[in-house]
Amino acid sequence: MDFGFKLSPSSAINLDKVNLEKFEELHRAEPDVYKCMACGSCTSTCPANKYSGMSMRKVILALQRGKEKDAVAMMKNCMLCGKCTMVCPRGINTRHLILSICRIYEEEVK
Amino acid sequence: MIYQGKQKIWADYQKEIPDNHWFYVRSCIRQNFFPGAEKMFMEICRDLLKKDIFETENHTTCGGIAYHCDTIPQETVMTIVARQFALMTEAGYENYVASCITSFGNYIEILETWKEFPELETRIRELLWKACRREFNKPKYVAHASDLVYKYRNEIAARAKYRLVNRFTGEPLRGVEHIGCHYAKMFPARGIGGAEYPYVLCGMIESWGGNVIDYPERRHCCGYGFRQYHVKANRGYSLSNTHKKFESMEPYHPDFILTNCPGCPYFMDRWQYVIAETEGKTYGENGYGIPVLTYEELASLVLGYNPWDIGLQLHQVAVEPLLDKIGIEYDPAEKYKGLNEKEIMRPELPGVLRCC
Repeated sequence: MDFGFKLSPSSAINLDKVNLEKFEELHRAEPDVYKCMACGSCTSTCPANKYSGMSMRKVILALQRGKEKDAVAMMKNCMLCGKCTMVCPRGINTRHLILSICRIYEEEVK
Repeated sequence: MIYQGKQKIWADYQKEIPDNHWFYVRSCIRQNFFPGAEKMFMEICRDLLKKDIFETENHTTCGGIAYHCDTIPQETVMTIVARQFALMTEAGYENYVASCITSFGNYIEILETWKEFPELETRIRELLWKACRREFNKPKYVAHASDLVYKYRNEIAARAKYRLVNRFTGEPLRGVEHIGCHYAKMFPARGIGGAEYPYVLCGMIESWGGNVIDYPERRHCCGYGFRQYHVKANRGYSLSNTHKKFESMEPYHPDFILTNCPGCPYFMDRWQYVIAETEGKTYGENGYGIPVLTYEELASLVLGYNPWDIGLQLHQVAVEPLLDKIGIEYDPAEKYKGLNEKEIMRPELPGVLRCC
């Protein structure tokens, strides 16, 4: 049916030549990954952050920028203590998200 | 998430809401979209909860719709609003409650402007006197009608006939809330819960037994955006914003959407039909859409009013699957019967979006 108007295509131009197929797969498995507003509450409460640089905020950002290896290197320091899940203001189950990342980015984890 | 932490954030943005004696002004567009909503507000607050809520047939639009469409200057809107305040003063009230979110934002914006520029207030008083020989006192409290229902939510819960629980699974219903942009985005301190965590609708859903579901584009505009819709060349942009919201909430499978703005329920309801017809996509279960309700309609449903008496037949998206989940009894044969059994005509069913 023609209403005289339709969905406007996005005007965003993505110049990154990054393959985000795995991130899309992650989004399908964990829709909450888009809820992250990068506030950094997870990072500030992370007991591994001070000693290893582990930052959940940076992990999500790195995965969207195609820096999977950096993200996985950071995640190897995660102890799955779950403090980040407790403080997330958007209620993201970050521990579950980390496990999904490990599953989907299996090759990079090896 | 530390729930207590979130409550602390909300606690910083709790506003004082007087319990009684309100001057009520209706929205200029809601009567056309969902005429049962404002009627039910009066029925619940005035007749059921016995609150003193006064309204007059003499009030007009607040001018906000034209102001946000850039067709009239702010001085004109201020004079219109000054006349509304004059009506309140003449009726002997000090508390002002608006049915419309844009009106609410408009009143707050004008009162804040007068606080910063008192000379402007003096000029508007002169203009009002010249125009219609009226004088006014500024309201002591300005609230949105959803603030009042939020305040009375536990009283409503105590009288509720139904809970927002799926009777087939025993689980709380999954509700997403959508707050109108002009509620707290302009003046966060004037909304319950502020701009980032508005609690006004969450509080209702939780009190009446449901679960509030968060989703990434929760604070995104419904797509109406005044000029986006009113200028036909921009209408695709309006549709695209609504589409963005639905794509974002789809993975969370909400049972219903609760809104507190005149435009939001209309656009989120009707655009589901347009998206279905143009893109072939529906967002509810089994080809249905996601029902979009106003807070008055949801309050009326839990209180046990007949769904057809509160105007749910005027929604594009079928509400019957939601009524079935809650366990609300209804007669499908009465859906399109108005007052005194008068037939109000049956609409043609859409091609893609499933309706009852």
